[in-house]
Amino acid sequence: MIIKRPSDIPPSEITSEAVYRQRRRFLQGTAGLAAGLILGGCEAAESTAPAPGTPLPNVKPGPYGTDEERTPYDDVTSYNNFYEFGFDKEDPKQNAGSLKTRPWSIAVEGEVEQPGHIDIDDLLKMFPLEERVYRLRCVEAWSMVVPWVGFPLARLIQHVKPTSKARFVEFTTLYDPKQMPGQRVPALDWPYREGLRMDEATHPLALLVVGLYGKVLPNQNGAPLRLIVPWKYGFKSIKSIVRLRLIEQQPVTTWNQRAPTEYGFYANVNPKVDHPRWSQKRERRIGDFFKRDTLMFNGYAEQVASLYTGMDLKKNF
Amino acid sequence: MRPRSKVGGQPNRWLKPAVLIACLLPLAWLGWRAVSGGLGANPIEAIIRYNGDWALRMLLITLAVTPLRERLGWVWLIRVRRMLGLYAFFYATLHLLSYVVLDQFFAWGEILADILKRPYITIGMTCFALLIPLAVTSTNAMVRRLGGRRWKRLHRLVYLIGIGAVVHYYMLVKADVREPLLYGAILALLLGYRVVMGLWRERQRTASAGLTASPSGRGR
Repeated sequence: MIIKRPSDIPPSEITSEAVYRQRRRFLQGTAGLAAGLILGGCEAAESTAPAPGTPLPNVKPGPYGTDEERTPYDDVTSYNNFYEFGFDKEDPKQNAGSLKTRPWSIAVEGEVEQPGHIDIDDLLKMFPLEERVYRLRCVEAWSMVVPWVGFPLARLIQHVKPTSKARFVEFTTLYDPKQMPGQRVPALDWPYREGLRMDEATHPLALLVVGLYGKVLPNQNGAPLRLIVPWKYGFKSIKSIVRLRLIEQQPVTTWNQRAPTEYGFYANVNPKVDHPRWSQKRERRIGDFFKRDTLMFNGYAEQVASLYTGMDLKKNF
Repeated sequence: MRPRSKVGGQPNRWLKPAVLIACLLPLAWLGWRAVSGGLGANPIEAIIRYNGDWALRMLLITLAVTPLRERLGWVWLIRVRRMLGLYAFFYATLHLLSYVVLDQFFAWGEILADILKRPYITIGMTCFALLIPLAVTSTNAMVRRLGGRRWKRLHRLVYLIGIGAVVHYYMLVKADVREPLLYGAILALLLGYRVVMGLWRERQRTASAGLTASPSGRGR
């Protein structure tokens, strides 16, 4: 049997030269700006949060990009499901200003050789930042194309040295009803928790994100650190992470706990498995009038299908 | 029609035009947001939700007419009840059309699958289907043709439609059920009032029937 190894970049997804040049110009421009900001901001205390929209320096284009049209910045930052800041899509943009993203540290716990806390500013210097243009498919049957900035989750996991018992990663969002007014409403079992199997978490597509469109991640998009798992429904991509726990047992995850028949632990994008309340066959790309067909694993089947060989994806939805 | 008594004061000739225009304001606001780009990143979803909200609100306003008239003596309200009911139908139609045209773009197979497989859509469609006979029989001619008693019995369907509409909304919400529950509470109040009044009138009737030749005040 010949096992075909998927290529890292399908030809259809190679960025056109025009777009690439545009991006180089953009990056050069923003690098200059960033330098200015750094030089001008020397007296600022280390723990002040970067202003939303501050350009991120030294971002290199990463693999797995798509050349599909990007969803405009204004749409990406004004149409958000982030219940911690309200239950309507426009609420997070209105309310997320109350989130303090500095000081911010991420606890690393459980089955690791180096448990502890990592400060967000140290984390930002630990791994080179890449831009990855991914499709984002929400379980509500809409989608976007977003140029995220971040680094592979695998890098951080390698860094903390998992023990042989680590089979799952559990992520937790900040819990602070003072900063997150949505948490005063018991609509979900706060804090928000998500999880991945170890092989999913260390897959090169899984990204820890600190920015979008070359700029610091806006609060409503999950600042200062969020997960992006592009082959899964958006709710897996947990926002404003304060804790990673490596564990032996499959973790309890928020939406799965809330409605187990509607939101599975895996939550892989799958046009053949409908949500009980709506079809998943098609999706509306934000900005489009006509719906388009939803792709298996959100179009990342070539990269991730092998993670699930032998699994019944109708049962493990 | 025979001239009616002036219990509710002089009939105001501006009442109906004013309500007619007031009930179009939500649509005007939607239109303004649509042309000024104020519908956000997913305008289709925004339009569907907005029209659904107003269909439910108009329905509840219509159902509030009788309690308000009886409790607060706002007799004039009865003159706009039909118009309010038709506006509920109007916004429900826009809600359905925006789903069929904007969301599904006439993908009848998908729509049929939705109706059969998604309980909240099944309920929503049923509510709309039940609204049609009420709208059709809303004219004076139809009231006469059916006769008051039968017309009234038919139009009691609106209670069922109200319950269905709230359930439809409740079922589509993912986590924060406060708003559908608020509508549900208002509906429960409006329907509960009718149940209580019905029981009370029943008691009055039996009580007055027990008295000999009493010129009892008829329950209005």
